Amino acid sequence: MAAAGAGRLRRAASALLLRSPRLPARELSAPARLYHKKVVDHYENPRNVGSLDKTSKNVGTGLVGAPACGDVMKLQIQVDEKGKIVDARFKTFGCGSAIASSSLATEWVKGKTVEEALTIKNTDIAKELCLPPVKLHCSMLAEDAIKAALADYKLKQESTKGEAEKEKK
Amino acid sequence: MLLRTAWRRAAAAVPVAPGPNSTAPTRGLRLRVVDHATQSDVPSATATPPQAESELRPLYMDVQATTPLDPRVLDAMIPYLVNYYGNPHSRTHAYGWESEAAMEHARQQVASLIGADPREIIFTSGATESNNIAIKELESAIQPDTSLVSVMTVNNEIGVKQPIAEIGRICSSRKVYFHTDAAQAVGKIPLDVNDMKIDLMSISGHKIYGPKGVGAIYIRRRPRVRVEALQSGGGQERGMRSGTVPTPLVVGLGAACEVAQQEMEYDHKRISKLAERLTQKIMKSLPDVVMNGDPEHHYPGCINLSFAYVEGESLLMALKDVALSSGSACTSASLEPSYVLRAIGTDEDLAHSSIRFGIGRFTTEEEVDYTVEKCIHHVKRLREMSPLWEMVQDGIDLKSIKWTQH
Repeated sequence: MAAAGAGRLRRAASALLLRSPRLPARELSAPARLYHKKVVDHYENPRNVGSLDKTSKNVGTGLVGAPACGDVMKLQIQVDEKGKIVDARFKTFGCGSAIASSSLATEWVKGKTVEEALTIKNTDIAKELCLPPVKLHCSMLAEDAIKAALADYKLKQESTKGEAEKEKK
Repeated sequence: MLLRTAWRRAAAAVPVAPGPNSTAPTRGLRLRVVDHATQSDVPSATATPPQAESELRPLYMDVQATTPLDPRVLDAMIPYLVNYYGNPHSRTHAYGWESEAAMEHARQQVASLIGADPREIIFTSGATESNNIAIKELESAIQPDTSLVSVMTVNNEIGVKQPIAEIGRICSSRKVYFHTDAAQAVGKIPLDVNDMKIDLMSISGHKIYGPKGVGAIYIRRRPRVRVEALQSGGGQERGMRSGTVPTPLVVGLGAACEVAQQEMEYDHKRISKLAERLTQKIMKSLPDVVMNGDPEHHYPGCINLSFAYVEGESLLMALKDVALSSGSACTSASLEPSYVLRAIGTDEDLAHSSIRFGIGRFTTEEEVDYTVEKCIHHVKRLREMSPLWEMVQDGIDLKSIKWTQH
């Protein structure tokens, strides 16, 4: 009911507003839709936003970027005993493209092994999200975040191994 | 006048239906019909009839970037677009005479808004051209050191009002030319070029609900300020700006100035109230919100807020049904934070978190309430997604962290 009434209003108002029904045939041009719908989707339907326990030995945490640059990404991975990433979480301070890049990164690392995750490239992220040239650095930071999380995990594993060996001795 | 009241009446006629999302206004205030038919005036057998497709457009809260045309201004312009199309510089026939009369009437309207003599107003294509005329060549004239002071009357990013009268007094006592870019101030705050001792002033049409592509420069006659023309040609506008004066556009500028003079006090009161409403509601519901710019010497229609731990562009994306701006519109394509915010000493991370809300003559209370509600909702959401907010909640001092520079 409300929709019909609103529709009537729209037609009446538009007839009033526009003396001539002839308008340019093009619809909104691309620059007007500055935010690609894939990018917007990651914000409107967020997946993997949150935190894992960073003290846990199986969790690697990567924190990259700087507030002064307007881009900070925190990416965490949880790895099982076989070296497979079973869970990932992210939190980002940055523009829509940065949020989408880091969100996509968490989606992609899940189910990969630590070695496979290292092969994720920023160009793949940028292509998947159709990032414009001015936003390519967001995908680069996402790749850095993945690598930082993996490096942190490796460091933790090495120190655990080191402790275990010390105990043996 | 008729168009506007009819439009308002049509818009007010529909009761707000209580839908599933009953807090959002269900009437679209700005509508557009998208015509997908091929553009052709010649009727053809194969042309498909136009499919009118109604589409809701975002609320407009970016008046510092540009303003919609006031319907009264459009009413004033239409005769000069359709019927009275003579060149105002044609001296030999009625078309020229009536166009010239309209141009001079518009000149008077602009002059009376700023307390100037009409002979001191030169029409240009906008405030940018006016600025260039004012600054060019004046620096090399007379004084060896400072020859010109140029200050914005009201800043377009943070809305701060500069102490123009004081600056004018100082410049006049030191015999230095004083230029001000009043694009955001004309018609919004009272200005008088004689009281404030202004020698040169830039005026922009599309910032005061007038047409785009037109502006004016005020050039003092007593004592005479000499400027060099940017473009030479037929010597129009006292030789200071050659080129045919576009009558419909200057009529629009004149009408906009006259309307602004009549509505200034009412607009200022109404906009102040709406601005107060916006800031109070936001500050009450959200912690860690900073207003950029001096709160006392401030034009109320331009509110620049920094939402800590949330990046400005992500908030703009989230508020996709409100047209807003983060920092100056001129620099929106760059990756640099606003130079204005940096100049007033704002921390860089807060500069990245700033949003500018523009409240204008046609902004309604409902639009403000909707914007505020959405803003609060999305800032909270984005803070949940922010690692900085998380760290602050855990008691970590962000300034103590060594960030990886990029």
